[in-house]
Formats: sequence, C-alpha cells, structure tokens
Amino acid sequence: MIRASVIVFPGSNCDRDVKVATETVTGTKANMVWHGETEVPPSDLIILPGGFSFGDYLRCGAMAAKSPIMRDVVAKAKAGTPVLGICNGFQVLLETGLLPGALMRNASLLFVCKDVHVACENETTFFTRCYRKGEVTRIPVAHHDGNYFADDDTLNRLESENLVAFRYCNSDGEVTDAANPNGSQRNIAGITDPTGRIVGMMPHPERLFEKPLGGTDGRRIFESALVAVTEATA
Amino acid sequence: MKALIKITLKNGVLDPQGKAIEHALDSLGFDGVSDVRQGKLIELDLNAANEAAAREEVEQMCQKLLANTVIENYSFELVS
Repeated sequence: MIRASVIVFPGSNCDRDVKVATETVTGTKANMVWHGETEVPPSDLIILPGGFSFGDYLRCGAMAAKSPIMRDVVAKAKAGTPVLGICNGFQVLLETGLLPGALMRNASLLFVCKDVHVACENETTFFTRCYRKGEVTRIPVAHHDGNYFADDDTLNRLESENLVAFRYCNSDGEVTDAANPNGSQRNIAGITDPTGRIVGMMPHPERLFEKPLGGTDGRRIFESALVAVTEATA
Repeated sequence: MKALIKITLKNGVLDPQGKAIEHALDSLGFDGVSDVRQGKLIELDLNAANEAAAREEVEQMCQKLLANTVIENYSFELVS
C-alpha cells in the first residue's frame, strides 16, 4: 500500500493524468486534495501536478504557493514527506522556497510542447532511484516558463552537492545548447533537495508512462517512489 | 493611503520579453534604444494607521507574495 496525495489547484490540468499514472504503477488509489483544504491526509508522498494554477497570475506558481493547503505541504515536506513537483508543481516548489531558484519565461518566448531528452544525474533520490546514473530518457515538456534561473553561488552548490536530478541533453546524452528547450541555466531540467525527498522537474513523466501514450520512459519516476516507499516501510 | 509598488528584474537576470520589446522598438524606427527591461506596477489602497505602519505592511507584502526576491527587486511609494 502506498498513500499518495495529488494537490489540485484551480487551473491544474495534469492532476488526473498524474493520478492515473501513480495509481497504475503503484496499484493503490491516490487522494485528490483541493487547494482550499488545510491538511493533507497521511501520505507516503505528495505530488504537485502540472497546469496553470491561478492562471499563472503574478508569477507562475506564486498564488498556489500561498494557498491554504501549501502550509501543510511545506510543513510535511520539512518533516520528511517526499514531494514531487512536475512543471507548474516545480514552479510552486520554487515559490515556496522548498527548492532554490526560479523558473522564468522561456528564452525563445515561445510555449514549448515536444519530447526532449534528459540525463538522470542523481539516481539516488526518492523519485529517480529506478534510473541509472547518466541514463538518457525521453520525456515530454509543455511549458511557457521553464527557464531555470539561480544565482551562480546557488548553481555551483547544486552542482557540487549533486542536486541536479535531470539535465536536458541530446539523444546521445550530450548536454548542448541545442538540446536546451527553454534557456535553462546549465541545462537544468530538474533538481532535488539534499535529502533526495523533494524533487522538482519541468518535464512530464506522467505523459509517457505506458505504451498507449507512446513510451514508458517516464514510468520509473513512479516506480522509484513505489520502491522507495516499500523500502521505507519494510 | 495608496501604495505604488514597482517590481523589476534584478540586474543579471535575462529578460527575454524586454529583448523582444527592444527589437520591436527598433523595427518601428526608434534607433539607439538599449537595455529594455520589463517589470510590473502594482497599485493598492491601504487602511493603515500611519505611514510607518503602511511601509511595514507593504514591505511584508512584497517579501511574502508580490516579488520573488530570487529574481526581482521591488520598491514602492506611498501617496495619500
């Protein structure tokens, strides 16, 4: 049994997809928790889904980060509950300060919706342990504001402490400007906190988790969580 | 009391929208325009006891919500 909760904000639009992916892979029902609630039910993991919470007003994720439920999400995250933020969920995690940096408008100014490749650089986190280090995986992105920014000290710390979870690369695993879909600094596609329990990523693993969707590369995000929860409760 | 809050991108943070505006101005024939930066102006009414209290309140608003200090600077003025 794995107890997963998906937080739903007004404007979330990947909440049901991520619920289906989580339930299919883990075999147990996920809770959907509305943003106006004040408490997340007891959970082994919490997912902040993609979408356009609050219409991206003010800044992407800014309003969602201040919604009532997030006070409990932040408290639970700090107490050790694993949290995965996907796309808008990553933006929300940055706005809460649980992860460092900011996601800015894509350098091209265009909404980017396509499959890209990322290399898994930290295969020890709660959500990446079923990948191999350096493994290149195909994964969809769909965002207007995925341009990762942090000051140089933060970037250097992310690198030196091995906190970059995923980096945009080409299909051969080469980290190039051409493989960077949004102008992210150092091609960063996803990061983790030092405990490996809070992970944020722009790409959408739930959009490529089973064959009818065109591939299964994203499946291991959910399998990783299942393995990690099973290990933790064994 | 009214507060006018100006939010701008920090120096060193790339502003692709500012760059697009710069190119558009250039294409309209405005020569010599450079370093275009786009920001936000937020206007709000306050019911504060005095100016010091208003300043403190707006400062908190900026810190907690209106600006993301990772990428943005803010400044404000109070007008009665």
